[in-house]
Amino acid sequence: MMRDKIARRVAQVPPSGIRKFFDLVANVEGVISLGVGEPDFITPWHIREACIYSLERGYTMYTSNYGLPELREEITLATKRDYGVDYSPENEVLVTVGVSEAFDLAIRALVNPGEEVLIPEPSYVAYKPCTIFAGGVPVSVPTRAEDEFKLLPEQLEAKVTPKSKVLVLSYPNNPTGATMSKRDLEAIADIVVEHDLVVISDEIYDKLTYEGKHVPFAALNGMRERCIYLNGFSKSYAMTGWRIGYALGEAEVIEAMMKIHQYAMLCAPIMSQKAALEALRRGNSVVEEMRQEYNRRRRLIVKRLREAGLECFEPKGAFYVFPSIASTGMSSEEFAERLLREEKVAVVPGNAFGEGGEGHVRMAYAASLRDINEAMSRLERFLSR
Amino acid sequence: MDKKEEILKLLEADARLSAAEVAKAVGLSEEEVAKAIVELEKSGVIRKYKTVINWEKLGREKVAALIDVKITPEREHGYDAIAERIMRFPEVKNLYLVSGMYDLSVLVEGNTMKEVATFVAEKLAPLPQVTSTTTHFILKKYKEDGDMLYDGEELRRLAVSP
Ligand SMILES: Cc1ncc(COP(=O)(O)O)c(C=O)c1O
Repeated sequence: MMRDKIARRVAQVPPSGIRKFFDLVANVEGVISLGVGEPDFITPWHIREACIYSLERGYTMYTSNYGLPELREEITLATKRDYGVDYSPENEVLVTVGVSEAFDLAIRALVNPGEEVLIPEPSYVAYKPCTIFAGGVPVSVPTRAEDEFKLLPEQLEAKVTPKSKVLVLSYPNNPTGATMSKRDLEAIADIVVEHDLVVISDEIYDKLTYEGKHVPFAALNGMRERCIYLNGFSKSYAMTGWRIGYALGEAEVIEAMMKIHQYAMLCAPIMSQKAALEALRRGNSVVEEMRQEYNRRRRLIVKRLREAGLECFEPKGAFYVFPSIASTGMSSEEFAERLLREEKVAVVPGNAFGEGGEGHVRMAYAASLRDINEAMSRLERFLSR
Repeated sequence: MDKKEEILKLLEADARLSAAEVAKAVGLSEEEVAKAIVELEKSGVIRKYKTVINWEKLGREKVAALIDVKITPEREHGYDAIAERIMRFPEVKNLYLVSGMYDLSVLVEGNTMKEVATFVAEKLAPLPQVTSTTTHFILKKYKEDGDMLYDGEELRRLAVSP
């Protein structure tokens, strides 16, 4: 017999719930998918055109491990302009292959074997597995619909132990659409200080906020030095396929992350960096147009879900709604599978997003108004059976 | 953005949305939206609802030409009198007064090249204020009124993703 080939750390992580559902959906024709976690817009033309131009001029080489200096400069300028948080383009920015890579680097740079990483759930699916791959121990912190899926200080406090090292924040949130106001975050910051935690804040949906103004965790008093601030281009600029994002933080952590990045990735693709530069320089008005369009879809889908009889927290950011399906008596998976089979509408079962996701499904409103309307009519028919 | 503008944006992209559908997207009641639309129609902000058609796909090939027209403007009327005269021809689809080498830019449409040529030779050029015409036949339409008129590849996202 051959010995166990796959490392235990990898083998112990179960297959992704999203992946499983993807395979199911792939076998059905004529599906309207509200299961897609990416914009339905194509990258704005001026950004694509800037990339083409850079290729014509021959920009096909490696860049500095940290990323193109002009892009780092532009990232720090934008962060200062939008949020008043100041980072040095020299050594406090790292351009990465998406926020995905940035998160992986941050976790690997921070966590020693056995140290605990606090993850509010429901949450984006990558945090837990990446923590395990890095040898850390993920600890779920529940958030609930009745609290608008905000992270409450008492819920967090209850899960802190002497082994806690990192807290992951992710607002606006995938899958719930929750946001955290300055006041909400300040209550969390107190606990961060008290227990000497480091925060990885994934703010990839910052520009897709519909009520109130987005506040980066790093903008709070004293939090800049405790926070690795992640952001990217995938969602706000509709650039998922470009694989480009960045991390901001104090030189010490950014250098540690760069140490891994330089060997594992070397650098982010130069063509994507060139496109990102154009996005930051001239993309703001298109982002705002897309935000307004998402906002119209958000109003529509929440209204229709409620008319269909599903209880639903009104999301304040990102492009997801996370209605409760508890009233149907079905589990999330059963609901999603039957809705797919019987009415050809794809949604993602809530349990794919961790504890507290059961009893919900995630619907992405990154779809046309027409498709959302049709999907909601099918849902109504499904629920009235 | 104010609600009126939001309603207009939605209808500009898809004129067939019902008042009820628009209402849900902008966060107003159906009655409020219906009323706003009637007002926008009455005040002429909404001119009419049209369909963008690619006639070529039906095999119905229309011929169109852009014609640069030089004009001698008239005392008291400038270009307006002659422009009003030209725009009444049903063959004229678009008419603009432009700066530069010539004065009026006229888009003319007909069923055949001959029809368009006859229109220019017999109706447009002989007008006393017209001093010259240059006719450019349109060979291929790529984009019209903001809509691209060719079928690109269909772009597909993964059906389910994180
Ligand atoms: C919360 C969150 N973080 C990160 C990512 C991945 O972003 P990127 O494309 O920049 O790797 C996603 C994508 O779905 C996300 O929802």
